[in-house]
Amino acid sequence: MEIKISVNVNGKDYVREVEPRTLLVHFLRDTLRLTGTHIGCDTSSCGACTIHVDGIAVKSCTMLAVQADGSSITTIEGLAQGAELHPLQEGFKECHGLQCGFCTPGMIMTAADLLAKNPCPSESEIRHGLEGNFCRCTGYHNIVKAVQYAAEKMGNEVSA
Amino acid sequence: MSNKYIGKAVKRVEDKRFITGKGKYTDDMILPGQTYAYIIRSPYAHAKIKSIDISQALTAEGVVAVFTGDDIAQSGINGVPAGWQVNFKNGDIMKEPPHPLLVGTGSTVKHVGDAVAVVIAESKEIAADAAELVEIDYEVFDAVVNPADAVKDGAPLVHESAPNNIAFDWEIGNPKAEVDEAIANSHHVTSLEFVNQRMVPNPIEPRSAIGLYEPSSDRYTLYTSTQNPHLIRLLMCAFVLGIPEHKVRVVGPDVGGGFGSKIFHYTEEALVTWCSKQIERPVKWTSERSEAFITDAHGRDHVTHAEMGFDKDGNVTALRIKTFANLGAYLSTFAPAVPTYLHGTLLQGLYTTPKIHLDMTCAFTHTNAVDAYRGAGRPEATYLLERLMDLAAHEMGVDPVELRLKNFIPPFDGVNQPGYQTQVALQYDSGNYHEVLRRGVAMLGYEEFRKAQAEAAQSNKLLGVGFSTYIEACGIAPSAVVGALGARAGLYEVGQVRVQPTGKVSVYTGAHSHGQGHETTFAQVVADKLGIPLEDVEIHHGDTETVAFGMGTYGSRSLAVGGSAIVKSLEKIIEKGAKIAAHKLEANVDDLTFADGKYTVNGTDKSVAFGDVALTAYVPHNYPAGLEPGLDFSSFYDPANFTYPYGCHIAVVEVDKETGKVSLKRFIAVDDVGNVINPMIVDGQIHGGLAQGIGQALLEGAIFDENGQLINGSYMDYCMPRADDLPMFELDRTETPCPHNPLGVKGAGEAGCIGSTPAVVNAVLDALWSGGFGHVKDILMPTTPERVWRAMNS
Amino acid sequence: MEEAIEILQNGSYAKVLGGGHSLVPALKLRLNAPETLVDVTRIESLKGIAIEDGTLVIGAANTHHEIATSADVHNTLSFLAKGASAIGDVQVRNKGTIGGSIAHADPSADWPALLLAADASIVIQGADGTKTVAAQDFFTGFFSTILEESDIITQIRIPIPPEGTKSTYQKFVQPASRFAIVGCAAVKEPSGATRVAFAGVSDYAFRDEAVESASSSGASAEEAASKAAEGVSIMSDHYASEDYRKHLAKVYARRALVEVS
Repeated sequence: MEIKISVNVNGKDYVREVEPRTLLVHFLRDTLRLTGTHIGCDTSSCGACTIHVDGIAVKSCTMLAVQADGSSITTIEGLAQGAELHPLQEGFKECHGLQCGFCTPGMIMTAADLLAKNPCPSESEIRHGLEGNFCRCTGYHNIVKAVQYAAEKMGNEVSA
Repeated sequence: MSNKYIGKAVKRVEDKRFITGKGKYTDDMILPGQTYAYIIRSPYAHAKIKSIDISQALTAEGVVAVFTGDDIAQSGINGVPAGWQVNFKNGDIMKEPPHPLLVGTGSTVKHVGDAVAVVIAESKEIAADAAELVEIDYEVFDAVVNPADAVKDGAPLVHESAPNNIAFDWEIGNPKAEVDEAIANSHHVTSLEFVNQRMVPNPIEPRSAIGLYEPSSDRYTLYTSTQNPHLIRLLMCAFVLGIPEHKVRVVGPDVGGGFGSKIFHYTEEALVTWCSKQIERPVKWTSERSEAFITDAHGRDHVTHAEMGFDKDGNVTALRIKTFANLGAYLSTFAPAVPTYLHGTLLQGLYTTPKIHLDMTCAFTHTNAVDAYRGAGRPEATYLLERLMDLAAHEMGVDPVELRLKNFIPPFDGVNQPGYQTQVALQYDSGNYHEVLRRGVAMLGYEEFRKAQAEAAQSNKLLGVGFSTYIEACGIAPSAVVGALGARAGLYEVGQVRVQPTGKVSVYTGAHSHGQGHETTFAQVVADKLGIPLEDVEIHHGDTETVAFGMGTYGSRSLAVGGSAIVKSLEKIIEKGAKIAAHKLEANVDDLTFADGKYTVNGTDKSVAFGDVALTAYVPHNYPAGLEPGLDFSSFYDPANFTYPYGCHIAVVEVDKETGKVSLKRFIAVDDVGNVINPMIVDGQIHGGLAQGIGQALLEGAIFDENGQLINGSYMDYCMPRADDLPMFELDRTETPCPHNPLGVKGAGEAGCIGSTPAVVNAVLDALWSGGFGHVKDILMPTTPERVWRAMNS
Repeated sequence: MEEAIEILQNGSYAKVLGGGHSLVPALKLRLNAPETLVDVTRIESLKGIAIEDGTLVIGAANTHHEIATSADVHNTLSFLAKGASAIGDVQVRNKGTIGGSIAHADPSADWPALLLAADASIVIQGADGTKTVAAQDFFTGFFSTILEESDIITQIRIPIPPEGTKSTYQKFVQPASRFAIVGCAAVKEPSGATRVAFAGVSDYAFRDEAVESASSSGASAEEAASKAAEGVSIMSDHYASEDYRKHLAKVYARRALVEVS
């Protein structure tokens, strides 16, 4: 049995038939071939699969694709505005907030949720805000800096 | 040569694809006609397979094939080999029992997760569903998981061929009798029994492999999450599947972290390759995280008794160690080398200890394999030395900083002063060990800290500081040396530099980047050496089809060995370019200087740009007689020695006296990794290593129950550091060039992980000592709140 | 809502799906395999946070994040917001629901203890209509509640305590799972009446009557806390043994009581 779902992903509408047990992350990766969203665990712990569903950060490995029917989804592939990187993407590059890059999409999507809720987070608020995402490469030091970079840049843009 | 990029924090060129979701990891690929493998694994640590019934699974809709160990055995395939041979003390060859791709009927599984059968289907869900239809009858036996228990008489045997579960025993250092005597004559002996617990490397990308067999050409391609594609090809072709190497391409695309655990040739790589031939379709296997916990090779796992002797002035007189190292159920690729040549040879540390002896027993247990994990043997050596140092200072009532300074090897540059010959085989290259400790102590503000600590001792929040100074042997390794020590491969590296006719440069390196930033660092070297823009250089790695050969990335070797190979090729390019330039400038080669991307006739303004030389090399109409066209060189670089990064790590912790909870308040690291090409990337490497080393001290550790079940085999149970477990790190460095490689670099990948662990544990103990718990000598790692609380209440 | 209950009653093995942060991982690991899943998080009547006649009403499908950031919760029973913000991680709080959490009744989850200390009632709709159950009677054991197969939790109703009431939630966290090793929820009314409940300590969340009665009758925080977790079976695992957990329960009871005194 397959169920028809309609989703908007990164501004584009898709209508697809999915098996009810298909996880949203598999739908994105295998059906839509948006492979920037990664899978790092099977216990909803690592955050590598984090995307935005209707504007909030969720772990796409913990949602069924059918549950996303009618939703608007943003993945890492949809974060930049054309050629212009999102300030978080820029921050991660400028501050060396990534090494192997595997956790990076999820980390950036979670950080985007954080900055949407709290545009000027303290270091401790950033660390707390990223507690749902593992990074094994960076020791988080430069990730914190990357988020600070983005917060500053986005703040400047608002005030400018 | 120019100085535009080397030493600068150049932003990484590889980042663009990763921050936009365009990275290409193995599991991101779906090949045409691809099938999915689900591997059925033993739920028992030690059991005989009495029967396997695959009939129901075979007929399930969507199932393409099911294979068992019997199928593998019938096709004459060998198990995966160890890449290193270490002999017993008596000269006997180590025990190397076979490690089959699938354990067959009548044979015994040897750890939870041992592979028994593989189901291949049209989707991973169908494969997993069908796996539930495979019926396996096991006869379950007792298991042994601890290496010190495993060698006792009567312990359950992992392999019939290895009595008392001993893979081999081994020793290094001065004659045991001399060390015994020195210990006996010591004024003070600090003695410690401790465990360096088993660590799970946990790169966030789970392992993945796709086998592709193409009948039209009778060729194979293996895409795999590996740190060294050429080594995988060599081992898989020559030792496992018996396929000629020229018929096999191995690709390690973007790889999501390795930390050692993706060095090894795993059974799944050979399995999907073999399966793809059987069904003539691509076969993909991607590990689940719970599967990774029981199949990835783990690290550390030593049980040690160590004694350090001192004279009445506090000089170290001797070091005597007995260690049992766990190798798991099978010998993984590097496993025999880790507790031996990568561990015993580092027991000199930074000290002038005159007598050292290590007695090592390496044991099989009913657990998954133990092999190199970031630092590999050297963190264990550092942990041992640095725990003893702080404990000895505590016992003797002297300052731990003073005790170290007193015992350090004096500064030497390896050029004007010779290298330092240790008691344990190595010759250190260069170092000023006093300087890193002095800097670290200055950053700490030692006196102020001790005052704050004394105040805190009156409260419920104790403060502690822990010191650790370390040295590591990196840049592995001189082939002749490692060959003499049992390596079954050379450990040189290959670097090819192809200057395109337009002057753009393609570089092919046998090193493999899985986060280290080679595409940037190597490009910085090439751009500066040739005096061209960074954008004109592209680094290629990870594909046996494009890269001539290589030994991969581990042991902090990429820049020291792989970078040096590239430099050798660059030198050949520049030298040949000079001949072309001389011809064009109608000058003598010896009168030319190459700088800032052009050849200039000395004392004149006559010059020719590198790009023009490149074009001429490929359009050789007006060209030096007898010179071959083209500008493309490949070099093998085999290092003359290991490199020896060193440093000082200092941890400040707060201990909640009521709960035992430890909070890391500060972490200071002063490292010397030799010359630095990209300080931003080097700092990043240090940060990541620190987090893993701190993780071992505070949070992490695999726990097996007596039946061999890993009881914390998920991210819900295995505690890895998260962002809010760590502070901002305080870093500084000194730069003592390595005297024996052209870049003067030593390697930075493992330093953070090697020095940090004992600093944190020493800090926890220092906090307890300050709070009146001076009797506590040791706390097991990870120093969980309960363990610290128990230590205070023991 | 009616459709959901009908599906749950139709005989197939069905499970109610809330935020999914316990159920979906169990499905992925093939620990559970229901034939039917009923996602109730889009049922409007299960959403919303409001104050009605001195009662704080929280729809069962509200997420932890919604509760943690609700002005109504902050203004009336701020410890519930504090507790909600200590659950799991950001993504879990964005998706996980209060109803799902209490239905799952994980012994280490935060909500059960919070609701016990808050003296909450749980409104349940099932085959036989709607009933309201005191939190005290709702949790019946290790991962078990009074819920029937076809029941859906609709609301959590919490009496708003008198002005001047103090409340807190103190949590000692398991660093991997972020569940509570010990969570202590405490509410002290101006009269001195105290309610103290624990998560993580025993098979299921419980009110600690010995601590409550000592504190209610004027004992110091230290003295009242010393009575914590006596006479209950205490959990033990690789991270915290039985006697350590018991010790922590006393420490956290004291810290909570000091905070509300």
